[in-house]
Amino acid sequence: MSLFLVVALPFFGALLPGLMNTAGRQACAGVTFAVTLMALIGLLTNLPAVLAGDLVTARLDWIPLLGLNFTLMLDALGFFFACLILGIGLLIIAYARSYLAREDNMGEFFTYLLLFQGAMVGIVLSDNVLLLLVFWELTSLSSFLLIGYWKHLPEGRQGARMALTVTGMGGLAMIGGMLILGQIVGSYDLSVILQNREVIQASPLYMPALILILLGCFTKSAQFPFHFWLPHAMAAPTPVSAYLHSATMVKAGIFLMARMWPVLSGTPEWFILVTGAGLITMVLGAVIALFKHDLKALLAFSTVSHLGLITMLLGTGTAFGAMAAVFHILNHATFKAALFMSAGIIDHEAQTRDIRRLGGLRRLMPVTFTIASLAALSMAGIPLLNGFLSKEMMLEEAYQTVLFDVDWLVPVLATVGSLFSAAYCFRLIGHVFLGPVRDDYPAKPHDPGAGLWLPPAILVVLVVAIGVAPFLAEPFVKLVTASVLGTTAAVPDVYIKIWHGLVPALYMSIVAVVGGLVVLALFRPLLWLWDAAPRPEAKRIFDAVIAGAVSLARGVIEPLHDGAFTRYAAIMAVTVVAVGYHAWVTGTVGPATRVMQPANAIQIAGWLMLVTATCGLVLMHRNRLLSLILIGIVGLVVSVGFVYFSAPDLAMTQLTVEVVTIILLLLALNFLPKTTPVESSTLRRARDALVAVAGGLSTAALSWHYLLRDTISPSISEFHLANAYKGGGGTNVVNVILVDFRGFDTYGEIIVLGIAALLIFALTETLLSGPVRARLLNRAANQARAGDMHPTMMVVMTRVIMPVVMLVGFYVLLRGHNEPGGGFIAGLIVSIGFVMQYMASGFMWTSARLRYPYHGVIGAGVLIAGLTGIGSWFVGKPFLTSDYTYVRIPPFQEFELATAALFDLGVFLAVVGAVMLSLESFSRLARRSNESATDYPMDIDPSRDDAPHTKAET
Amino acid sequence: MEFLVATAIGILTSGGLYLVLRLRTFPVIMGTSLLTYAVNVFLFASGRLTVGAPPILTDATTYTDPLPQALVLTAIVISFGMTAVVVMIALGAYLGGDDDHVDDGPIDPVEKAEGAL
Repeated sequence: MSLFLVVALPFFGALLPGLMNTAGRQACAGVTFAVTLMALIGLLTNLPAVLAGDLVTARLDWIPLLGLNFTLMLDALGFFFACLILGIGLLIIAYARSYLAREDNMGEFFTYLLLFQGAMVGIVLSDNVLLLLVFWELTSLSSFLLIGYWKHLPEGRQGARMALTVTGMGGLAMIGGMLILGQIVGSYDLSVILQNREVIQASPLYMPALILILLGCFTKSAQFPFHFWLPHAMAAPTPVSAYLHSATMVKAGIFLMARMWPVLSGTPEWFILVTGAGLITMVLGAVIALFKHDLKALLAFSTVSHLGLITMLLGTGTAFGAMAAVFHILNHATFKAALFMSAGIIDHEAQTRDIRRLGGLRRLMPVTFTIASLAALSMAGIPLLNGFLSKEMMLEEAYQTVLFDVDWLVPVLATVGSLFSAAYCFRLIGHVFLGPVRDDYPAKPHDPGAGLWLPPAILVVLVVAIGVAPFLAEPFVKLVTASVLGTTAAVPDVYIKIWHGLVPALYMSIVAVVGGLVVLALFRPLLWLWDAAPRPEAKRIFDAVIAGAVSLARGVIEPLHDGAFTRYAAIMAVTVVAVGYHAWVTGTVGPATRVMQPANAIQIAGWLMLVTATCGLVLMHRNRLLSLILIGIVGLVVSVGFVYFSAPDLAMTQLTVEVVTIILLLLALNFLPKTTPVESSTLRRARDALVAVAGGLSTAALSWHYLLRDTISPSISEFHLANAYKGGGGTNVVNVILVDFRGFDTYGEIIVLGIAALLIFALTETLLSGPVRARLLNRAANQARAGDMHPTMMVVMTRVIMPVVMLVGFYVLLRGHNEPGGGFIAGLIVSIGFVMQYMASGFMWTSARLRYPYHGVIGAGVLIAGLTGIGSWFVGKPFLTSDYTYVRIPPFQEFELATAALFDLGVFLAVVGAVMLSLESFSRLARRSNESATDYPMDIDPSRDDAPHTKAET
Repeated sequence: MEFLVATAIGILTSGGLYLVLRLRTFPVIMGTSLLTYAVNVFLFASGRLTVGAPPILTDATTYTDPLPQALVLTAIVISFGMTAVVVMIALGAYLGGDDDHVDDGPIDPVEKAEGAL
């Protein structure tokens, strides 16, 4: 099966549990199981290739120019992790089916789980580091959802937030590191990066890249000092904990260290950072774990400790260390998942996870006892179980490792870590299962149904099988190790055996196990010491840091951003002017290269009109109706200016937009107060005037400056002028740019326009379904209504002129490619024709005659434009490639048929729909309760307010 | 000629900025409209001013720069959409709250406390 499918299956499958939720829990879990099983089978079909040592790849170019491609690869390491993720995923799904309570929303749970699973599989199969980062962030997000699944628990929410903050920050650091790595190598393809060990390690950027990538790995894999989030994530349902902490989330950091091992490892920096962090984490986690009373917290810190162990092994940079790490990843996944599931069973059955309240469960829950004990003994490193084998290898490696020139440091710390590890494992068995049966359990514990114990039992079978017959796992471990090592070193020629002879590792192991028993025997006094000793509380520190960051952000934002719009506007204006001034002062200004063109009386008159209207608008803006008239003058002068300066298309657009804008504002003014009261002080007005004048002066100066100078580099406009006819088949270059050269842009713009109109429609709907509706329906008219609301003259005129308007509109649309015009202008013209019908005969009458809803018109426009663009795919050209031809239908003249015209039709429809939908929405607000649809296009309202002889005045 | 256009842009900007700094929605909308004119003319003028040479291909040898025109054309239409949305929001706020002030008061302590959670 293609690797794409393996990665995509969980993501697409994530849609199913939600859909199946109503079909029952069995169906819901079943479909999730089936999806995961399919992905696993798909993965296994690639097994022969992996065994043969081939690199299975799948490639899809996404954004090649950025180096971001959807490339996947499968080698033994990826296969190993993907197997763990999907295989343990299957067991977890089966377990969760029985674990989740009736009130838990199972569809939601499995949706998150599949999303998470897909993201994890994506990480381990990515061949592109950018793609890997995308999946990496996806795991942070989906694990956030999983950890916080029990939304009613505050610990769950806090734990989820903490996990997201820590791993998210690490992810950010890692993005930086990966980008540096990509820059050094010149490729973001992992397979290329892995070939460039020397280049990377010789680069001066190696150190920053290493630190950033390790930050990502350490946060994800809960290494010291970022280990604190993991225990807090225990608030999640147990299946989540079992999944996240055994095979997936926390192994992602480990995976990445293993993946990057060939290029990053082997340097002193790598050794000190990774081995150091690993050792500290291993010892610290093991010690804390011993004193935790919550079963899951104990397991969480033991996970932290074991992750430290693996990290330490990877840090040593030797082939044997890598092999031990790989083997321990496998072993840890098996026994830890089994232990978490057992803890979940105990929690489920005894209704508590507090070790102090448990004990003696051996007799009550024999099956669980067997499973949990075998897994715990394996974790403690007891022979004939798989944990023993990898722990031996770890001790062997530690014995060979010298840190800071001190021979004994690593071996002693490793032994201490193992000792405490053994101690908490013994405590887990001793304090939970052994001892006398108690009579004060919160619930009566007994072994659960097979749904809960079978999944961990399967894992324990593996634990024992590997432990007894390590040669079963050995070839696979070596294969994976080979793919970790890459070309840097050969796979060590050793055999994984139970008996190595009397080697130092064996003595260290014996010390650890015996010491563990001794520590457990001394547990009470040790616990007293531990409780008496002061220790930093990670959560409190974390909360304080977050609170500090929040108050810092507040301190910066609140003075600037206090809810007063005018303040932001003033700050922005002043800042832009100041930055512009800075550029002006520090930059160089060349001499004027253009001659100023003379101005005649007419142009000066136009300028005077514009200036007068603008000044009048500013001075008299309190009279809102008057300000509309004045702004109309400004718009007209601007349109005329466009005509004069050789921009007929702009002039037509501006003129028509002017009309619809004024109608829109008039409609709005219908509801708003008609005047603006005097509120601001003279000082404030003076301040605003100062800001305004400064802004005006700077824009004037900037425009004046560039109008007298030619462009520094030649403009790309020459290309457009030269190719408009040759390539686009049109002589109106502006239109050819819109529908052809920059057609994609235009396509986006009509979509934006459509969205704006839909937004207006949605806002209207919201208003009309809320309390505003009653107020609108019953509001009193604040101005006298016209008795002749739909004047005969106007009705007749608009009806007569409608076909003419349509004709002009279509003419402008069709000629647009060669003469001034086009979809935008035609759309506006036709809209004005429609609006006139509304104005003449009223909203109700016109709406009743509307055949196509405007939403549909917008949609049709966008679709036509889009399909036109897609059409070019069928002839193997990129999106929106245009073509044209000339046809002749007798008796007409020869005329041009261009696909661009079809695109322009889409633009036309979208504009008509958007403009009409906006205006119509405004009009709908104006409906009153006493209005009803009339069958007559014109009528006289007998109830006019100022009619002298009627009773309507009451 | 150039002087007239440059000063016109400046005056439109000034008027627009002053109105944007007013306290009620309607003058602010008027102000943004004026700013829209200023920006459109500014962008258009970046193609420099040419009289009597529209970018319609004929036998002529010189044409004005078509690119700013194409950009401004869509900008005009989009600004209509933007104005319409802003007007609708202003209208909704006024109808819902019976108040057409653009400024919110300072953040109140209760809201602040909630934001901290």
